Amino acid sequence: MAAHTLYDKIFDSHVVRREADGSVLLYIDRQLLHEVTSPQAFEGLRLSGRKPWRGVANLAVADHNVPTTNIEQGITDPIARLQVETLTRNCGEFEITEYGMGDIRQGVVHVMGPEQGFTQPGMTIICGDSHTATHGAFAAIAYGVGTSEVEHALATQTLTQTKSKNMQILVEGKLGRGVTAKDIILAVIGEIGTAGGTGYAIEFAGSAIRDLSMEGRMTVCNMAIEAGARVGLIAVDQTTIDYLDGRPSSPSGEQWQQAVIHWKSLVSDDNANFDHVVKVDAGSIEPQVTWGTSPEMVTQIAGSVPDPESEPDTQKARSMRGALDYMGLAANTVMTDIELDKVFIGSCTNGRIEDLRAAAEVAKGRQVSDRIKLALVVPGSGLVKQQAESEGLDQIFIDAGFEWREPGCSMCLAMNADRLSPQERCASTSNRNFEGRQGQGGRTHLVSPAMAAAAAISGHFVDVRSW
Amino acid sequence: MKAFTQHTGLAAPIDRANVDTDALIPKQFLKSIERSGFGPFLFDEWRYLDQGEPGQDCTNRPLNPDFVLNQQRYAGTSVLVARDNFGCGSSREHAVWALDNYGIRVVIAPSFAEIFFNNCFKNGVLPITLEGDLVARLLTEIADNEGYQLQVDLSSQQVVLPNGESLPFDIEPTRKHNLLEGLDDIALTLRRQDEIRSYETAAAQRTPWLFNDLAH
Ligand code: SF4
Repeated sequence: MAAHTLYDKIFDSHVVRREADGSVLLYIDRQLLHEVTSPQAFEGLRLSGRKPWRGVANLAVADHNVPTTNIEQGITDPIARLQVETLTRNCGEFEITEYGMGDIRQGVVHVMGPEQGFTQPGMTIICGDSHTATHGAFAAIAYGVGTSEVEHALATQTLTQTKSKNMQILVEGKLGRGVTAKDIILAVIGEIGTAGGTGYAIEFAGSAIRDLSMEGRMTVCNMAIEAGARVGLIAVDQTTIDYLDGRPSSPSGEQWQQAVIHWKSLVSDDNANFDHVVKVDAGSIEPQVTWGTSPEMVTQIAGSVPDPESEPDTQKARSMRGALDYMGLAANTVMTDIELDKVFIGSCTNGRIEDLRAAAEVAKGRQVSDRIKLALVVPGSGLVKQQAESEGLDQIFIDAGFEWREPGCSMCLAMNADRLSPQERCASTSNRNFEGRQGQGGRTHLVSPAMAAAAAISGHFVDVRSW
Repeated sequence: MKAFTQHTGLAAPIDRANVDTDALIPKQFLKSIERSGFGPFLFDEWRYLDQGEPGQDCTNRPLNPDFVLNQQRYAGTSVLVARDNFGCGSSREHAVWALDNYGIRVVIAPSFAEIFFNNCFKNGVLPITLEGDLVARLLTEIADNEGYQLQVDLSSQQVVLPNGESLPFDIEPTRKHNLLEGLDDIALTLRRQDEIRSYETAAAQRTPWLFNDLAH
């Protein structure tokens, strides 16, 4: 029998119909919905008199627009409020489950789905959000779509899809102390570039990936899109199964046994062919910090801002100059000399319990530097917040001078009140350092939670390994 | 879905790689629950010197004179030419709605981010992939020649330059067909209802837990 990759196995088992040109009608097991990319899709259903094909296959949550303070007062921004209320109205009308504001399960859609066991191995999962690849950590084909496809999947439980090519990123060896899943993915993006994965589904494999917890694996898959790949995924192993055991929407009883047997087959066959393989030595990865306006503009903490003058590719040199100009950085600046104004710990990349634990460990018994105007900790969901509070992490953060907030996307994309002012510089655990992402004119440096916490304490970047 | 057959229009150079969807339409405009009204906010942070707010009247906002689409010679642009990885970042279809509302019918680049590429077809905007050196040449020719128009014909898959030279481009046959006809994707898929149902019956046998109701 031919050897198959994990991606091939899941893809092939979801084909409803193949077209002559190679595209397929792909069955979508589950859809996650949020307030920003769904209203026009529901409106489309209404206008055409259609109903969701299988309402129970959907789960909705408001996350992008929700405030992270004074939530009892509701949303003060009337436009944002209308959008969140529209989600609730649509979910009511079309009979879709929604975790509303104030529900302990509410949170960033990609934190909440796995937590609830909504995300399971072998599934196809979509969401009108590019970071849907996060769910690939569970050996699922999970990808982001636009609003038209949100509507298409609501109405038909399928999408027209062409199969991607297969890429394997093999991370072998042991990570050094203080080096995390975030550093792996930033280093990979630095290596293959933001378009390196375009057209591919990336399977992350190797001993360093197997050694990661589910949280770490989600961090890695979350940023597959930042390498250009819509899908990032990781094979099932005991870590996956242990995580799923007992989740509210996980199968139970006899079905659990049956599911586990099936899930264990969700690995790439030994001789499976990948169109492209990238090998990374885990031991050589250092803590990463971005210096520019694209996640590929990244270096290690011991490094310095690169010099466009020594870049031979003129096109690249030009975009480097543009990035340095926007970031207000001079070439050759030592990374540890870069001073910060704000720090953001949270998002679907690094807003899970393990991330908060790592940041708290660094912050414990210390004080946020005087030069930091705001250091925010935003848990990824209500349940993450509750867990952190039960471990006393909230108090560690508050004592150190961080603000402890309610769950949501917050300053990852700054749709609510949490944002950078022009020229403010931020160490952020999120996933995008695009111009204006965290507020118009704001300057974002992507780092791991421990690195962000250490930067908050020091007022500039520091190597957590020297902590 | 809106059809696309052919289009002739003024081209403008967006001479950058990695033009992301945050640049195409900044996040504050995503609060809208409408599908229209995004045109005045296309490239908002590059285009204006102040910060835009949703619903704002843009007629008196200070324009950034350095931004290419603000230059008089590019008024009425309907074809954008840009460098690699156009449309990367967020999945927001608002980026395409903004292009469409602004009047952009065609975007030409050496490569596109996949979600954006897909979103274009859903809105009758045609993304065309051409070799990097051809795009570089177009960028130069556009900048050097005021009033540079490109003619795009989908059925023959050609971009025709002002000197009459034709550049062929590739497109998946199904996408081409649906775009030429302006077909409604959902209606097309619903013709396959029976196949979807028989898939579900078989899948529910194989993996019954996927068809459980969720815990509420
Ligand atoms: S946390 Fe950031 S990246 Fe994740 S879903 Fe929210 S806005 Fe998107």
